[in-house]
Amino acid sequence: MLEVKNLHVEVEGKQILNGIDLNVKPGEMHAIMGLNGSGKSTLSNAITGRENYSVTKGDIIYKNESIVEMEPNERALAGIFMSFQYPTVIPGVNNTYFLRAAVNAKRKYNKQKEYDAASFLKFVKSKLKEVEMDSKYLKRAVNEGFSGGEKKRNEMLQLLCLEPELAIMDETDSGLDIDALKIISKGINNYKNKDRSFLVITHYQRLLKYIEPDVVHVLIDGKIIKSGGKELALELEEKGYSWLES
Amino acid sequence: MNESKNAVIDQRVKEDYKYGFVTDIESDTLAPGISEKTIHYISGKKKEPSWLLDWRLKAYRKWLKMKEPNWQNVNYKNIDYQDISYFSAPKKNELKSLDELDPELLKTYNKLGIPLDEQKMMNGIAVDAVFDSVSVATTFREELKSHGVIFCSFSEAAIDYPEIVQKYLGSVIPHTDNYFACLNSAVFTDGSFVFIPKGVKCPMELSTYFRINEAKTGQFERTLIIAEEGSSVSYLEGCTAPMRDENQLHAAVVELVALDSATIKYSTVQNWYPGNPETGEGGIYNFVTKRGLCSGKNSRISWTQVETGSAVTWKYPSCILKGDNSVGEFYSVALTNNLQQADTGTKMIHIGKNTKSTIISKGISAGKGQQTYRGEVKIMKSADNARNFSQCDSILIGDRCGAHTFPYIDVRNQSAIMEHEASTSKIGEDQLFYCNQRGIDTEDAVSMIVNGFCKEVFNELPMEFAMEATKLMEVSLEGSVG
Repeated sequence: MLEVKNLHVEVEGKQILNGIDLNVKPGEMHAIMGLNGSGKSTLSNAITGRENYSVTKGDIIYKNESIVEMEPNERALAGIFMSFQYPTVIPGVNNTYFLRAAVNAKRKYNKQKEYDAASFLKFVKSKLKEVEMDSKYLKRAVNEGFSGGEKKRNEMLQLLCLEPELAIMDETDSGLDIDALKIISKGINNYKNKDRSFLVITHYQRLLKYIEPDVVHVLIDGKIIKSGGKELALELEEKGYSWLES
Repeated sequence: MNESKNAVIDQRVKEDYKYGFVTDIESDTLAPGISEKTIHYISGKKKEPSWLLDWRLKAYRKWLKMKEPNWQNVNYKNIDYQDISYFSAPKKNELKSLDELDPELLKTYNKLGIPLDEQKMMNGIAVDAVFDSVSVATTFREELKSHGVIFCSFSEAAIDYPEIVQKYLGSVIPHTDNYFACLNSAVFTDGSFVFIPKGVKCPMELSTYFRINEAKTGQFERTLIIAEEGSSVSYLEGCTAPMRDENQLHAAVVELVALDSATIKYSTVQNWYPGNPETGEGGIYNFVTKRGLCSGKNSRISWTQVETGSAVTWKYPSCILKGDNSVGEFYSVALTNNLQQADTGTKMIHIGKNTKSTIISKGISAGKGQQTYRGEVKIMKSADNARNFSQCDSILIGDRCGAHTFPYIDVRNQSAIMEHEASTSKIGEDQLFYCNQRGIDTEDAVSMIVNGFCKEVFNELPMEFAMEATKLMEVSLEGSVG
């Protein structure tokens, strides 16, 4: 599904990632753990193609193709989704309208019939239940006046509507209360299947109580210094990161 | 932005001005230049009563002594007032019915999406079409008349309803008001006249479409709308012009008068030719004076403007809230792309008790566009319990444009409540990326974000025009991210 090879990434002239290797197979969930400033978000931004995150060396292969030269929206259409750490507010743009534009862009790309307003509403309402969101959020502007937990649930709603094959969850657990955390985890667990992969980026192992990664990677100073099973996360919780730093 | 994004943007920015064609029509165009003779000529052409000629001449003599103002935050080439033609009219002008209209003219308005054939008209909208210096057609007159509503060209009104015109002409904007209003008072050619009698709710939307066609002509129209006690009207003006290399001056005056409990809603969708996007050559100088007088109790005047055209826009639609409990509103979206400049805003003058005003201004700058919001809120001593809410937001697209805000607040009564909010933001890389990450391309993302930004104002426009405005923004702007 996703293969990251010796990835070096520079942000505004500063080297952040120093040779990352990752191999996420279909149906797998990988967790990337690390302290602030270790390069976790840089990795997710590089995979999704954000401006100013330049790949200076190495490659990102998605479904057997290099995506380094692809536009961010093309990568999204190809099935890569990122749940944002800080979802952006877009004032005046209705949440349903935004969501429909996104879903229709994808349907058009897949040569499917686009949703009209009525059929989309039916579609989105069925998804709302899964994230236990009230339909009043559909009428608001995108993320405007949403609490931290509501924003993350809205991200989850978008994920469910867009049905990506690779979902990157960037610090999804930050700023979440325990109820929201459970809802999101449940959403992830229900969504995951043999064809869908997750890359979960997190600072703490809190989220990992509710979801089960197949592989855990520890990121320090832009390099993966250790990989292991779920037990690695527990070890980190106990000992912190310092024992891994040489 | 990366290169491919820039390519998309450049292509969009270069999109041609859709209304830039010239109509090949035989016109009576006065040789350039201004003098008392010019004014006699215009007045004679229109067979005006002598009091109106005298009024024009008085204004002209005053204008000669005035100086062109220079306090504005826009730059433009000096205007040579002797190089402008002050009158141009299609030759076939005297009409008994719309059927006699020159087919070229009909074609022109059809091309602009404004059919003048009543059968084909959009339902419930009456149109006055002004071509260069004259009104060429006014639709639905008879039907309106049956409700007592007068909707005709200004020139006809001066002849048919002289007592109303004489009573209100210059009553809100005296000829001495400012340089351009004074010039307009001397040489104004045509425009619309609306009179809504006591208690009548105007049964349809009224609108005027202004078209400048001839080269080297100026357009100086004058619009007067009077709403008597308890009446209401919604009026919309639209404007377009051909692409020409020289700048053309448009100096209009619009006066509104609302008596007790009357409501006037005045909307503008301004799309004059903005000039060459690369060189800045040509384009309209849009120097307009618009003011409404809420003279009666509980009256209400609402200005909504969507300003996307013109090389230079310089206007402040204002309200004088004289009647107790009167309400003034100003909703504005102004867009400056490429080399366009705008200095626009409003004045709210509170005189009566419990008067209320609302100002919502949305400025969008793209390319090398420069934009200024300038507004004045004045609470006079007599205005007990006056309230004002102002919100001025600017959005910048790219890093070569500018936004400036000059709010003036003058409060002379302690009981006033004033609120002012202002924000300037760049169209966020984060917003664009967020949309991109959801599969929405940059072009669609920009128009989505900008339309969201303008929503509060577009909501104020009559339905059909709100859609037109949304489309207009898309054409004027789509993908203009730099």
